[in-house]
Order: sequence, then structure tokens, then C-alpha cells
Amino acid sequence: MSEFTYLFRGRKTSGSPEEMQKHFEKWAAWFKELSAKGHIKDIGHPLEGVGKLVKGKQKTVTDGPFAEAKDVVGGFTLVEARDLEQAVELSKGCPILEVGGSVEVRPIQKMNM
Amino acid sequence: MELSDHLFRREAGRMVSTVTRIFGVHNLALAEDVVQDAFCRALEVWKFRGVPENPSAWLMTTAKNRAVDILRRERTARTFAPELGRLLESEWTLVPTVEEQFAASAIKDDQLRMMFSCCHPELSTEAQVTLILKTLCGFSVSEIAHALLASEDSIEKRLGRARKLFRLSGTFVEIPNASDIPKRLEPVYQAIYLLFNEGYHGSRSEPKVREDLCLEAIRLSLLLYEHPAGENPKTHALLALLCFHAARLPGRIDEEGDLIQLEMQDRSKWDRDLIAKGFHFLEKSSMGNELSEYHLEAGIASLHCLARSYEEIDWAKILELYDVLYRIRPSPIVALNRAVALGNARGPEEGLTELSKIPDRAKLKDYPFYPAAQGEFHFLAGRPDEAAKHFEGAMKLARSRSETNFFERKLKACRLGAAQINDR
Repeated sequence: MSEFTYLFRGRKTSGSPEEMQKHFEKWAAWFKELSAKGHIKDIGHPLEGVGKLVKGKQKTVTDGPFAEAKDVVGGFTLVEARDLEQAVELSKGCPILEVGGSVEVRPIQKMNM
Repeated sequence: MELSDHLFRREAGRMVSTVTRIFGVHNLALAEDVVQDAFCRALEVWKFRGVPENPSAWLMTTAKNRAVDILRRERTARTFAPELGRLLESEWTLVPTVEEQFAASAIKDDQLRMMFSCCHPELSTEAQVTLILKTLCGFSVSEIAHALLASEDSIEKRLGRARKLFRLSGTFVEIPNASDIPKRLEPVYQAIYLLFNEGYHGSRSEPKVREDLCLEAIRLSLLLYEHPAGENPKTHALLALLCFHAARLPGRIDEEGDLIQLEMQDRSKWDRDLIAKGFHFLEKSSMGNELSEYHLEAGIASLHCLARSYEEIDWAKILELYDVLYRIRPSPIVALNRAVALGNARGPEEGLTELSKIPDRAKLKDYPFYPAAQGEFHFLAGRPDEAAKHFEGAMKLARSRSETNFFERKLKACRLGAAQINDR
């Protein structure tokens, strides 16, 4: 098994309370399914939409967000999968895709090459 | 942990009411933004962390914090609730004042205030119901349009007018003094009643949506019932009525969503718990000397629920109640229902005579259940040919597929009956 991170971009911000709840329930169901199949290494964390950017030798500090709302990473999860192909396949169930968001699937580099 | 059904929707009404109380009713849209924000935050955090132990409290606290942020940021740029104004200006009193508004009992008061505000006398009953669905029931514009079968445009217009009225008036409608309460509750009852009827009789949207409307109407009446200002015999009567009707929802519609006529309904599907609740409220409603239309309608509905079979229905007693109801509320629809009860109690010919004597029956000319009642009585009197003509008339007036199917089945029965007579 190899490890991957899912970087989630975009989020659902509009919709009636009922739709918001339904959307949440889809996420809960998706994570539950991945977890039941043993793919969740670490469920990870949600990230605030704002923060600071520290840059260069000057250590200049600027305010986030650093990109357009839809491009901001809203959270990440660590998963285990056979290979990149399977990790990608599993990510296709992510409800973020229904609201115009994206999942970036990145293999984690191993120590023993 | 799983969320209970419609939790967000229910909490939306509580949060919007409370935040509006603090921001002032002229800032309703801003209050709605705060609530939307709380849901967004819940969505982001809960999907990683799971549902907190008390999701309602979590949402409330999130909305409260967000409200405090906005008050701090915008207190010089905006005016908030005038009656809280001074307290919100000072950092010393800001947080305690907001905390106080978010206490459980204050939230109940706020919802009641919101209900009174939505039922502003200058708004039409439709607009009142629209506003209630939006603010207290957490429905979106498209969900309201879907439920009330209006275009999204017209729902937006209704809300726009209401918001304008709120902006101009600026203050929340206060919970009135004891002596004014009955007068102020009247439009609230009407709006709840209309909301329920939209769900119960509204013949056009799908069963699930309609059931939701009925449940929302019951929830709102329970809100009244749980508040000292709203708890009185008339509220009990309304609740009894809604419980008796809602109890019969499961037996009223078949798998295809078609209406089943009373004779054919499977009474074992009726919700016994709700019927018991109905009787509980009916009993409470009799404590007092008021006899309202809700008392009478609840009484009629209780008699339907009591009958174990169609044959056991006590039509004579139902007729008595309709007699009184017609005196209180002489509408053509009540007269029609009364005539149906009379025909069932005394025979079809008398029913037909009564139907032909309804004053204002011109107002029923587009109402399919008037010719349908005539058809039914002709059929019972052994004149299926005559009955068929009336059911054809009813079919032309049908407002939904479900009504069309209903009359079509009756029409078939008439034609079958006529053929059997001709064979003899």
C-alpha cells in the first residue's frame, strides 16, 4: 500500500439549509465508506480560508487568501491505496466534485526508494 | 453520530429569529447571511471532525460568535435593533447582551416575535406564509416555489415586499400585552392553517413535499403552544385539528400518489399516536368558553378518526358540527361539506337538494368537488348515467393528475353501473 494526500479545493457556500445538510451527509457517507474499506490513514484537517503568507529572505508577511476562493485548499486527508490509479478512482466519489470543487491527489514520497 | 432529518432547516428558523432580534428586523438579510455562514462552517468542520455531541448548540454558538464579529465591525456603520442599541454600542455590554438573546427562553420568544412579524397585517396571507417558510422554516426561494407551486419570481416579489415593510418599520413586532394577544394570534393561526392545507389538499406537488408542509405547520403550532403567550384553547383546537388530519395522511394517498377516497382508505394505516395527541389537545381546547372554527373542525376530524370503518362514521353528529361551523364561517366550501354530511346522514336526495340550495354556489363553479358531490349522490340514488355527467364535469375542472385520476375512477364505476342496469 502507498500513501497519498487528497487536497480539497472549493466549497459549497450556497444552498438552502436542507441542501447544506444533504451535502454534509454525502461527505460523511463518503468518508465512512473510505474508512470502512481501510483507505483512511488520517482524516486530516479543515483549513480556514484566510491566513498569512511568509516569503523570501526578507520574511515579508502578507495576508491570505492567496488565490481565488475556488482555488484555496479547504482541507486535506491522508489516504492509503494500492497505487495512484486506485487513489484517483477513490477520489471520484468526493462530493466536492458536485459543487465545482476539485481533489488533487498527490503521492507521498517514501524514504526507502 | 448522524444528524436528525431536517435539523439544519429547523435550526435555521431558530437562528434567524434570534439574530434578527439582535440586528433588528430591517437587517433580516444580514441575519440570514450569518446563519448561512454558520452552516458553511459546520459543513467544513464537521466533515473532518464528525458531528459534535450537540449539533444545535454548536450551530447556535457559531452564529452567535459571527453575530458578535459583525456587531463589532459594523456598529458605527449600521444601526441594529433600536431597543438593544445602547447595549450593543459598548464593548462592556455587547457580549452579555448577545449571550442573553441566545439563552433558550429568549430563542423561544424570538421565534414567536418572528411569527408575529411575519404575520404583519399589511401582508397578504400568501405573503405571510411565504415569509414564514423563508425565515422560520428555513426553506429557500426555490423550495418555497416548489411547495406552494408559484414561480420563483413571484416568491421573490412577495419576499421583497415583506423585506421593504420590515426595513421601513425597523423594529420587530413585540410580543403583545395579554389583552392584545388573541387579536394578534388570529393571522398567525390563519397562516399556519393555510400552510397545512397547502400540504394536505395542495393537489399539485409531490407527496413528500406536501408532508413536509404539514409537519412544519404542526411544528409552528407547537411553538405557539409551548409559549405562554400562545398557549390558549384556540391554539389547542388548531393543534388537535392538525394532528387528526396529519394522522390520516398515510392512508390518503396510494403508491402512485393518487388520492384514495374515504370509503376505500385503509384505516389501519392511520397514525394512532397522532390521533391520541389530537384527542389530548381537543380535551385541552374545551377548557374555556370559546368555540372557534378550529374547535369545530377539530371536532369533525375527531369523529372521522373515531370511526373504525366508513360505515361507522357518525354523520348526524358531523352534520350538527357543520351547522354550527356554517354559522360562524358561512363560506361556500363549508356549505358544500355540510351538504355532503347531510346527504350521508339523511340520504342522497336530500344531499342533492341541499347542494342546489348553497348560497353563493357560483363561487364553486371552478371547484371540482362540487360536481363530484352531485355525482356521488346521483350514483348512490341509483342514477349512474346522471352521476357520470357530473363526474365528467369534475374531470374538466380537475387541477392535478391525481384529481383527474380520482374522477376518472369514479366515472368508470358509473359507466359500469349504468351498463349493469341496461343489462337487466
